[in-house]
Amino acid sequence: MIVEYLPQQFVQNLPALIIAIPLLGAFIAPLLKKHGRAAAGWTVAITGVAFLLAILLMDYVRASQGGMVVYVFGADSPGLTLPSGYTVPVRIMFQIDGLGVLMAFLCTLLPFLAAVYSVGFARKETGLEKYYALMMLMTVGMLGMVLTGDIFNLFVFLEINSIAGAALVGFRNYRGEAAEAGFKYIAISAFGALMVLFSIGILYGKYGNLNIAYLSGVIEYSRLDLIALGLLLTTFALKCGAAPMHHWVPDAYGEAPGSISMMMVISSLSSLYALIRVCFILFGGIVISLPAVGWILIIMGLISMLLGATMSLIQKDIKRFIGYQAVSQTGYMVMAIGVGLAVMGDPVAMQTYGRNALTAGLFHLINDAIYMGLLFLAASAVIYAARTRNMDEMGGLARKMPYTAVFFLIGAASIGGLPPFSGFASKLLIYESVFAFNPVLAVVAMVTSIIALAAFAKQFAAVFLGPPLSNLKRVRESPRSMLIAMAVVAFLTVLFGLYPQLVIDWLVRPAVEAMLNLAGYGAWGGA
Amino acid sequence: MDALVTNFPFVIVAILVAIGFYAVAFKRNLIKIVMGITIIESAVNMFLITLGYVQGAYAPIYTMAPEEAQGNMVLPTPQALTLTSIVIGVAVTALMLAFVVNIYRHYGTLDSRKARRLRE
Repeated sequence: MIVEYLPQQFVQNLPALIIAIPLLGAFIAPLLKKHGRAAAGWTVAITGVAFLLAILLMDYVRASQGGMVVYVFGADSPGLTLPSGYTVPVRIMFQIDGLGVLMAFLCTLLPFLAAVYSVGFARKETGLEKYYALMMLMTVGMLGMVLTGDIFNLFVFLEINSIAGAALVGFRNYRGEAAEAGFKYIAISAFGALMVLFSIGILYGKYGNLNIAYLSGVIEYSRLDLIALGLLLTTFALKCGAAPMHHWVPDAYGEAPGSISMMMVISSLSSLYALIRVCFILFGGIVISLPAVGWILIIMGLISMLLGATMSLIQKDIKRFIGYQAVSQTGYMVMAIGVGLAVMGDPVAMQTYGRNALTAGLFHLINDAIYMGLLFLAASAVIYAARTRNMDEMGGLARKMPYTAVFFLIGAASIGGLPPFSGFASKLLIYESVFAFNPVLAVVAMVTSIIALAAFAKQFAAVFLGPPLSNLKRVRESPRSMLIAMAVVAFLTVLFGLYPQLVIDWLVRPAVEAMLNLAGYGAWGGA
Repeated sequence: MDALVTNFPFVIVAILVAIGFYAVAFKRNLIKIVMGITIIESAVNMFLITLGYVQGAYAPIYTMAPEEAQGNMVLPTPQALTLTSIVIGVAVTALMLAFVVNIYRHYGTLDSRKARRLRE
């Protein structure tokens, strides 16, 4: 345990620092106007520090009692949830358990790599100080979403995440398509966030509190609560890009600059985290007797998988193609989590395969964030070098950009579920666990995976293999910072594929424990 | 009749949400879609404010509070939530309008049927 050797004061305030430092970074970045390189260096440093803090936070959470850390803002001591004389919590608090730590790890790792990638990738753009400021702001939004224990706080961070994300999607304001995609994303996010606020209003009006842990203890099976559950479920499914509400995904992912596409992946996944939190903790008490909620997620997952995979086949734009694949990958996670949710009321089924389904879903979440990020980075490197997005106009790029080609191939093999890459490990786990629930689900998942593999094999051949085209004579390999970022992500893809047990024991299992630990969450990790 | 009077603000909220939904779903002009979202936002803000209203209670200001206000003050949370939501709403509206301006500059139209090059 590293945290034992650090000053107590520092360790106790880690949950606040991990938000405060990127926030401070975001507000200092605009001062570096006209110093694009300085802003890039600043962002790499800040996001790197945030990543280290996330690792320390993980250690701190593991070492704490009940595997949970509570940080109450403005209280006499950070762990004081109920000041004397109070029976309900009144202060805003962060409540961090295994699941939050898993997400915090991803929500700092990917922005860090995106910042490294941007050093070379974005250097020719103007307004870089704003780009980097928004990037750090988006990191803050995602981190806040996954660490908070207060439902209104969740809404605020969701909005920070969406506003910064939409501004970054439309960052290339010299392209009309970017403004169109940005408008679509912000309109959908604003609408969704208002629905979240509406359901927060319902819950506040009924129970007079905003603390997730407190609410999870008092929630009842009543019409108002079900309306709130429905609104939250729909909104977070919309925000995580599950079909049939996926229309914004290919647009936003496709039009965003490459590093931002990678951050959009993890931003969507933090909405998936919110979905998990709502289903398993906030409404955990009533969802256990409502298998329909699980089935809704399963059906959404199935539609996402098939729709995303088939729609990707007709795309010509390389990033829209990967964007549709992202929809299909989201389907896997939503389906696995839906299976876990549907059998929550059945202890035997839960023990035999429900837990495995949740483990598989969360493991796939990690892998998805990483190999989707890799694919977006590699595709953007190709667009950066070839100056076209149309795959029909590309060919023979492997000769010119050998490293990028290898990284793209690793990502493609991973998403297609080929061993020994990470996609294989998590998809196999998903097939196994959902087969026990219903074989049809496993069949659909496998078919989707085969479609993805075929699609990527075809596109890889079209873009990278064959004779070089005449219009691509002057293409050169990407700048070094882009290659470094891609190499790190590719290394993680291979590592997680070769040693899945490492990641499962280190990150995923504590997260699954936390998901099912409703009583522990409700008591703030105490008795 | 009494129930209608007590629930009147909620009826208004429902009507506003319906108008906003209609604008977002059926209007073609991008500015009108932004207006629809802003109307829904107002409806949600009004919903929060209505929740915070308690008949006969006092505003939670302790300075120079009258005698009968002791122990009879409303919780200021809904007001705080609404203020936060209004501030966020301004930022969202500004960003949406900025995108609309940008779309108009590039496409020369605000019609959502014509301003779409991203399709498939």
